[in-house]
Amino acid sequence: MIDPYAGERLKETHFHPRQSLLNFREAWSSWNGYKFADYYYEEEYEYFCIRNTCGTYDICPMQKYLIEGADAETMLNRMVTRDIKKLDIDRVTYVCWCTDEGRMIDDGTIFKLADDRFMLTCGSPCLAWLRKSSFGFRDIELSDISEKTAALSFQGPMTCEVLKKMGLSKIETLRPFGIMHFSFGESDQQLMVSRTGFTGDLGYELWIKPELALELWDALYAAGDDFGIHPYGESATNMARLEAGFIMPAVEFNEALKTVHYRYDQTPFELSLDWLVDFNKPHFNGRKALLEERERGPAYKLVKLDIEGNKPADEAFLYSDRKCSQEIGYVTSAMWSPVVKANIALAMVEPDYLAGDIWAEINYQKELRYHTRVSKCTIKKTPFWAPERARFTPPP
Amino acid sequence: MTSPDVIIIGAGHNAMVCAGYLAQKGRSVLIIEQSNHCGGLASTREFFPGFKASVAHTIQNFSSKVIDDLSLAKHGLDLSQSPLQTIGLSRDGECIRLDSSKDHPRVSGLDGKDEEAYAGYMARMHTFADMLKPFWLKTIPRIGSANLQDMTTFLALAAKLRLLGKDEMGEFMRIATLPIRDLMDENFENDLLKAVLSWDGLLGSKMAPRSPNATVLSVLYKMTEKDAGAPRIPVSGIDGLVMALYKSARSLGVEFKLGQPVARVLMEAGDHGVKAVGVVLADGDVIHAGKIVSGVDPKQTFIDLVGVENLEIGFTNRINRLRCDGYVAKLHLALDSLPVFAGLDSPLGRLILVSNMDSIEFAYDDAKYGGFSDTPIMELILPTLSNPDMAPEGKHILSGHVMYIPHHIKGGWTEEAHDRLYQNLIELLEHYAPGIREQIIFGELLTPKDLEHQYNLTGGHWHHAEMAIDQMFMMRPTYEAAQYATPISGLFLCGAGCHPGGGLSGAPGHNAAIEILRTKQ
Amino acid sequence: MKTHDAIIVGAGHNGLSNAAYLAKAGLRVLVLEKNSYIGGAAVTREMHAGWSYSSCSYVCSMMRQAIHRDLNLTKHGLILVPYLGTVVFGDKGETLASYGSEGSEYNELFRRSPHDADAMSRFQADLTRYAQLIRKTLLRTPPDPTSFRVRDIKELLWLAKQFWSLGEKELYEYIRFFTMSAADFLDDYFEDDLIKAAMASPGIIGTALGVYSPGSAYILLHHVMGDVDGNIGAWGLARGGMGAISHSLAGALREYGGEIRINSGVDKIRVQNGRATGVILENGDELHSNIVVSNLDAKRTFTQCMNEADLPEGVFERAKNFKIRGSSGKVNIALSGLPRFNNVPENRYINRGGQGFVGSLETMERAYDCWKHGRWSDDPFIESVIPSAWDPTVAPPGKHWMSNFIQYCPSKLANGPWTPEKRDSFGKTVVDKIERYSPGFKDLIVHMEVRTPHEIESEVGLTEGNIFQGELTIDQLLFNRPFPGYAQYRMPIRNMYMCGSSTHPGGGVSAACGANAAREILIDLKRPHIVPEDDFYDE
Repeated sequence: MIDPYAGERLKETHFHPRQSLLNFREAWSSWNGYKFADYYYEEEYEYFCIRNTCGTYDICPMQKYLIEGADAETMLNRMVTRDIKKLDIDRVTYVCWCTDEGRMIDDGTIFKLADDRFMLTCGSPCLAWLRKSSFGFRDIELSDISEKTAALSFQGPMTCEVLKKMGLSKIETLRPFGIMHFSFGESDQQLMVSRTGFTGDLGYELWIKPELALELWDALYAAGDDFGIHPYGESATNMARLEAGFIMPAVEFNEALKTVHYRYDQTPFELSLDWLVDFNKPHFNGRKALLEERERGPAYKLVKLDIEGNKPADEAFLYSDRKCSQEIGYVTSAMWSPVVKANIALAMVEPDYLAGDIWAEINYQKELRYHTRVSKCTIKKTPFWAPERARFTPPP
Repeated sequence: MTSPDVIIIGAGHNAMVCAGYLAQKGRSVLIIEQSNHCGGLASTREFFPGFKASVAHTIQNFSSKVIDDLSLAKHGLDLSQSPLQTIGLSRDGECIRLDSSKDHPRVSGLDGKDEEAYAGYMARMHTFADMLKPFWLKTIPRIGSANLQDMTTFLALAAKLRLLGKDEMGEFMRIATLPIRDLMDENFENDLLKAVLSWDGLLGSKMAPRSPNATVLSVLYKMTEKDAGAPRIPVSGIDGLVMALYKSARSLGVEFKLGQPVARVLMEAGDHGVKAVGVVLADGDVIHAGKIVSGVDPKQTFIDLVGVENLEIGFTNRINRLRCDGYVAKLHLALDSLPVFAGLDSPLGRLILVSNMDSIEFAYDDAKYGGFSDTPIMELILPTLSNPDMAPEGKHILSGHVMYIPHHIKGGWTEEAHDRLYQNLIELLEHYAPGIREQIIFGELLTPKDLEHQYNLTGGHWHHAEMAIDQMFMMRPTYEAAQYATPISGLFLCGAGCHPGGGLSGAPGHNAAIEILRTKQ
Repeated sequence: MKTHDAIIVGAGHNGLSNAAYLAKAGLRVLVLEKNSYIGGAAVTREMHAGWSYSSCSYVCSMMRQAIHRDLNLTKHGLILVPYLGTVVFGDKGETLASYGSEGSEYNELFRRSPHDADAMSRFQADLTRYAQLIRKTLLRTPPDPTSFRVRDIKELLWLAKQFWSLGEKELYEYIRFFTMSAADFLDDYFEDDLIKAAMASPGIIGTALGVYSPGSAYILLHHVMGDVDGNIGAWGLARGGMGAISHSLAGALREYGGEIRINSGVDKIRVQNGRATGVILENGDELHSNIVVSNLDAKRTFTQCMNEADLPEGVFERAKNFKIRGSSGKVNIALSGLPRFNNVPENRYINRGGQGFVGSLETMERAYDCWKHGRWSDDPFIESVIPSAWDPTVAPPGKHWMSNFIQYCPSKLANGPWTPEKRDSFGKTVVDKIERYSPGFKDLIVHMEVRTPHEIESEVGLTEGNIFQGELTIDQLLFNRPFPGYAQYRMPIRNMYMCGSSTHPGGGVSAACGANAAREILIDLKRPHIVPEDDFYDE
């Protein structure tokens, strides 16, 4: 029978048959038109899988584009702010790209698969901008391979062990942001593994043809059974990425092309992504505007805050004084960090006030009664959570 | 070779005007042109042995300031022949003659009411044309520019508008974007008169009488100079203007390199981004210069010559979305004798073969779906009546602009389509000038597609880009490049793709030169 | 004889909102209506026993919330309900549904074009930005750019500031909106023709322009700038039909002590010594009044209700030249059941919203070409809504009424005047087209009312049957509406005002024209300023 509501329903990812069995709470939301888990069992449990054992996160709904052809590198290099000419084959790099006005459209990663073959991944659709970016180049082919790729993020301290057990030999030699290729399954298909992720922890991302998605899942879960493998959803991801100091679209920044109000979008400098902007490159999109901004100074600066007390500072305004008379910024994400036992936040602060005191006016609820407290904030220069295992090869 | 101060790509009339002004101020200028002759669409060529023609066949609003500043008269530009009368001929034999002069605008062939209305209409249009006149020869600044000179331009515009008086100012703001059909209907009764008067607003654009947009502004633009839009042919033909510009430029020391296609603009990386430092010719030669000026249309300039890798993505796409599809075809006929048009003693003048505004509208309707009308609209002149030496003795040339003929047609410009259009046109002419078919020695039809190839013109669009409000003034060609300087430092535009736009006016070249001189090395 | 403070000619919804505000300010107000019912084009009429048709306007999005709240219209029976779910049909029967969630909406677009699914978010952001700006002008009196009065200069500066707040780049992009064709404008965003056609269709509603005509992009904006409870682009139904809007305004008016007289057509507005002093009714009665406000369109007001001799020079000409072109038709159909459409699943949500029979850009444009030739297209653009699927009060239980709006339908046919036969043949064209997409549709028809511009003109009084009381082209917008110099609701005759859609902000059931006119009248009378300028635009 045809489902008359088929059009209303969200699409299901390649891992859905397995994941839906584990989603006991029916906690679904959506990502790019796909049904997507907020959590499966319990948010904090899944968070501790990332930090303590290992967990999988379905990145099928993430957008994946293949850019091929002799002009692919030139085209991407003009689009993103980083110099990807420096990128080696089988390496991945984190990038962001901007409008002509230097406002951030999105961030993502570029995988260099060959000299004339790149994969770009990002959180929300980017096809229209990619098409605009590739206009005028002769030898370029752009394809959206999001649906044709099954991708699973596999994060946590035990991930390397599990992959080894699964038979991925020498996986321990894979450096951060590196890519390795393995044959997988009876049909000798390719499994691509990159040492990337969004948790700030040791972790990998696995890329395979959709037909083998479930086979991969089963192999991984079989190998991981003794290592506490468990799927985790959006909520745990959000906790982990905040500890790592990673920004999230629609939380830390508005995608410039989808922003209604003038200057309600952000620039890489405002988001403290200065290190992504390479002015040694003669040209890239937004260069002129960003150069001007660098000279003028950004309107805000994204900082990591360590906040007194234990009340998460969600949606808090920031002030330069305890009396809250001078507003200097706002918190974008906040949480109590279970691993570092700290009250942490990401916040946008006006640069003039970075050197002085920062106070957060935190509203919190206690059994339906609302309270306010003003807490002192300290700027942290380094990520709240950056374990050695995430950086070392082989991982300790 | 030594590096000139300025290289100008293309030797169209605007490029030569720009070169003249730059040379006057002591800049060494090199013009590089791909073809073997100057003038672009205004260049005269032999389309059949002994018969010559140019795509642009009359002058309507060439800047008198440019003529004076560059001493074009001294260099052979002779405009002593009187302007051509505009003659409207309808399919059923009606004929009107228009004299648009400022002092005595007159229309004959009509009854009293419209004659009177015509005088009133022209008086008002002259007021508006005079009001706008200074701004065609000025850079229109970016909105919000804090520069004093720029603010002065806006204030001057506001003052000029205000000086029209309350009523006229209101009226101007109303009619500026009015579909020309409405303006005509408000003023006149005679269908032929309405059609003929709307023609100058429509020619060259993808707009019809019912289209609200810049058609009225186009009419005002053409009325700017002293002939008030009346077409004129120099004594030695359009070539007289091209040659005067060439000689004037040469006398000022401008160098020309003809027959040398430019492959691309040479870029160099700097702290403040890439900048244009020279050109690379098709044969690989490199010529450096302090500034590069492009007389080529904006699409080719940026996308082909500069290369998208050097441009901002948003800007590239704004250039790409410029509407540049030409809708005018050119007909050249070599005739063995003077054709006789029914109802006319002599075909001297600019003949517009049109019946009413609907006939224009419907021809446009066919074109918008990628077809062309069986009964297109044509403006024609017989240049040999003004310059007999364009053809062998006793022979004549017919030069016609035909609308609306799209650049892209469904099924493409096959030989069959081309021939079908040609036969349509001959049939149309046969109706007006019975027997003309037998007088034809040779006929040449240039569709916008042909113009694109022959004159290296995107879309075969005369004006380089559609004259529509969103592509005019400080938005021509896009807001980033509308002040003649471009986002690429060292690169400027001087062609019809800049304010004020197309037509043989010299204004873009003039304005560009001023901006180039204002910009420090 | 009793003298009124103000007589309002015509009980259209703007006449009523004007009268209600004047009455609220304490004036003795009389509204005169030629028909036996009030509401003008915002009416609900039982044309077939048990069925209430919103004969003319059928949905609304521009109705100003501030007026709704200010005049307490809810108390007088007005409830606006947003409706969801539209299906757009292409030439070949292909469909594009609009769903209730962002994810499914994305997937539906993705099905047609992954590129366009992405581009839609930018399009919506841009449209919202432009709509937010133009919306702010709805309840404001347009400044006179030729004036040196402080108020005009202040208002011009306010306007400039709003535009400037877009940022330079968006300002230029905005100008494109005012001058481009809907099709060209959409080319910058989309590649799929059906998506473009669906997005372009608001650009032709009610106007004598095609999707390829420059200027149609603004009409598009005009149709999406409205909102229901702040959701820009959403459309609502008035519970009980569009007449509920007029009746609630009338209720408010009566509560403030105003009076409405039906069956009282006005023949002439009386002018003495350059002042409007009252009206002469069609039955010859004279009514005196200090102020006369015309809710009729500008052309009708000046060329029919006034003597040329009473008007300053040129005004009559301007009114004659006022562009008010009939281009739309309306077919109201009583149905014995809910129609089913090809390729549309039996989904209770998308089956209950609207149907857009757009075909393609070319189909819509060709329909416009037919209009130019003085005929209607065999394949017209039809925008349909089945309000009874949402509002059980407008049809008997289980039965439905379907509102079909047709673009284009000429007010003057090339082959002679409209006749009942031609009208029915127009209706048949519409039904035939729907039948193509909904086999068996004809069998559901219980009753049908066909309204061409001819009927709209003769019944409602809109010249040529133009639904906006005048074309919404830039030469007739803002300070050009209806004519330069008279855009502030004051007319060339003293004590005379206009309050219909011929004035800023133009057509649509917004009640804003009437409210704005009331503001100007109260200012002239040096009364307190009680008309809101802000519609809670907390953006």
